[in-house]
Amino acid sequence: MTPQELNQLKKYSAHIRANVLKLMKAKNGGHLGGSLSIVEVLSVLYGRQMRYDAKNPRDPHRDYFVLSKGHAGPGLYSALSVFHFFDEAEIYTLNEGGTRFPSHPDRTKTPGVDATTGSLGQGISVAAGIAYALKLQGTDQYVYCIVGDGELNEGQCWEAFQFIASYRLNNLIVFIDDNKRQLDGYTKDIINPFDIVEKMRAFGFSTERVNGGSEEAISAAVDRAKAVTDSAVCIVLDTIKGQGIPYFENIADNHSVKLSPADTVVIDESVAALSAIYEEAK
Amino acid sequence: MTMWTALKEPFAAKEQRAVFVETLQELIDRNPRVVALEADLGGASGFSKIKESHPAHFVQVGISEANMIGVAAGMSLRGYIPFVHTFAPFVARRACDQLYMAGAYSKNTINVFASDPGVCAATNGGTHTTFEDLGFIRALPDALVFDPADGVQLNWLLHELVDRTGIHYVRTTRKDIRPIYKPGSTFEIGKGNILTAGKDVLLLAMGELLGEALDAAARLQQAGISTEVIDMFTIKPLDRDLILQEASGKKLIVTCENHSVINGLGSAVADVIAEAALNIPLRKVGIQDRFGQVGSLKYLKQTYGLTAEHIQSVVQDHFSA
Repeated sequence: MTPQELNQLKKYSAHIRANVLKLMKAKNGGHLGGSLSIVEVLSVLYGRQMRYDAKNPRDPHRDYFVLSKGHAGPGLYSALSVFHFFDEAEIYTLNEGGTRFPSHPDRTKTPGVDATTGSLGQGISVAAGIAYALKLQGTDQYVYCIVGDGELNEGQCWEAFQFIASYRLNNLIVFIDDNKRQLDGYTKDIINPFDIVEKMRAFGFSTERVNGGSEEAISAAVDRAKAVTDSAVCIVLDTIKGQGIPYFENIADNHSVKLSPADTVVIDESVAALSAIYEEAK
Repeated sequence: MTMWTALKEPFAAKEQRAVFVETLQELIDRNPRVVALEADLGGASGFSKIKESHPAHFVQVGISEANMIGVAAGMSLRGYIPFVHTFAPFVARRACDQLYMAGAYSKNTINVFASDPGVCAATNGGTHTTFEDLGFIRALPDALVFDPADGVQLNWLLHELVDRTGIHYVRTTRKDIRPIYKPGSTFEIGKGNILTAGKDVLLLAMGELLGEALDAAARLQQAGISTEVIDMFTIKPLDRDLILQEASGKKLIVTCENHSVINGLGSAVADVIAEAALNIPLRKVGIQDRFGQVGSLKYLKQTYGLTAEHIQSVVQDHFSA
């Protein structure tokens, strides 16, 4: 990746992050923490790694993206708006009656959403089915799926992982967003995940852990994952819930926030700083 | 178009699973998008035969029913037409949320072979018995729900379903069921079939209980009670118009089902009767809010009152009361 390309990805990340914050402010809160922790991976996927046509989101030759941790819908909508699937203005209808932007992704409503998710553990199975079908169809398309670390509590994830590993679905790149927190607290205090990398390796995945706040590290890991030919692949993203905004990283309960006046001041300041990054080129 | 003929003489029919598998093999030959998914019951369902005949169209998911429904949904997103099999409780109870979320709500297509519903679980016993699957599945918006009468109807039904999108739940025994229709008969989804005419009593039955209802009607006829029998193989959408039309002038309606009397055919028919304000009594033959248990099919049908004799006594008790 050239410095220019990396700089572009950082701009995308800044733009997605700013949109998440603006969306939270417009709605006076929402699923902030888990939306922010996937900003960099979304930037890498939509800004560099994925094949798609934003003007033809159902293009049968596209790569697929499944947000198994569906509560991070605002993060996905923010990214899709940056990558021109729809006008940014429309995402602010989030959760209003009749909106195309429900809290959790709905493939029947939102352009660019490939799978309906929100009941945790299910998206990864759907991603497995898409990947299996793509293999049958003999195409070189990829499926990218983000599973939450808290979501790993769901047994269905492990059912799906066994399936993916057994069939060596290396056309499905599984990301685990290890942001260390879930709704009720730290994952280690709720249901201890122990060593996620070791677990995934034991399940048969070629697995590595990367800095989930680094576009460069994520993209390089995806390149390496695409070179794996004989097993399923998993990239564990070492992230922070609320990533990129220290103030929100440090709020104890940042899964679904209700914003205080002080919070909105931070949002305004953060959006201004982020805008300076991604608007620099204009 | 509906063009069916009821059998006059019994004939040796295939097991339902053989009908299911052979029909799927035929459908795969016609349409390469048809795939069969199995959760490690291929030997029980016969789906293993599809693995042999059409290996690229068989997906072994292992003992993970929730995942199987999700995988089927994902394959549907790539244009495949999935037929999944497991025992009825392991899809209706265990994977109900997956069938709802990844299936119905996501507007994906999944055809379910939910085998051995109700007492058909026989010696697999109470753990493997579902008396309540219709309650769950009927409540899924847009889902179509069937309890086919026999192999002829099952074969016809699968040919119909392959061209439709959505959630299609087909509950039927894996084994023998009494043949009702002549081979080649055709039907219509959402339309009941009047098998015997009658003016006093209306028996609405399906699946395993249809044969019992026909026998009960014959006995009642001899006892001077004119009894009509309708095959309600489509539980959803229910043939409301036919029920209202045929209930007219009857003195009693009896529903007969291999399912709990809560939330099954009887409840669906009760909705129709109540909403139309028909002043006709309804009796529900089915499982009276009980759990399943092991036993032969014959033993279980007697134990839970799913026999012609019981249907007959329900009718006669009503008139003698």
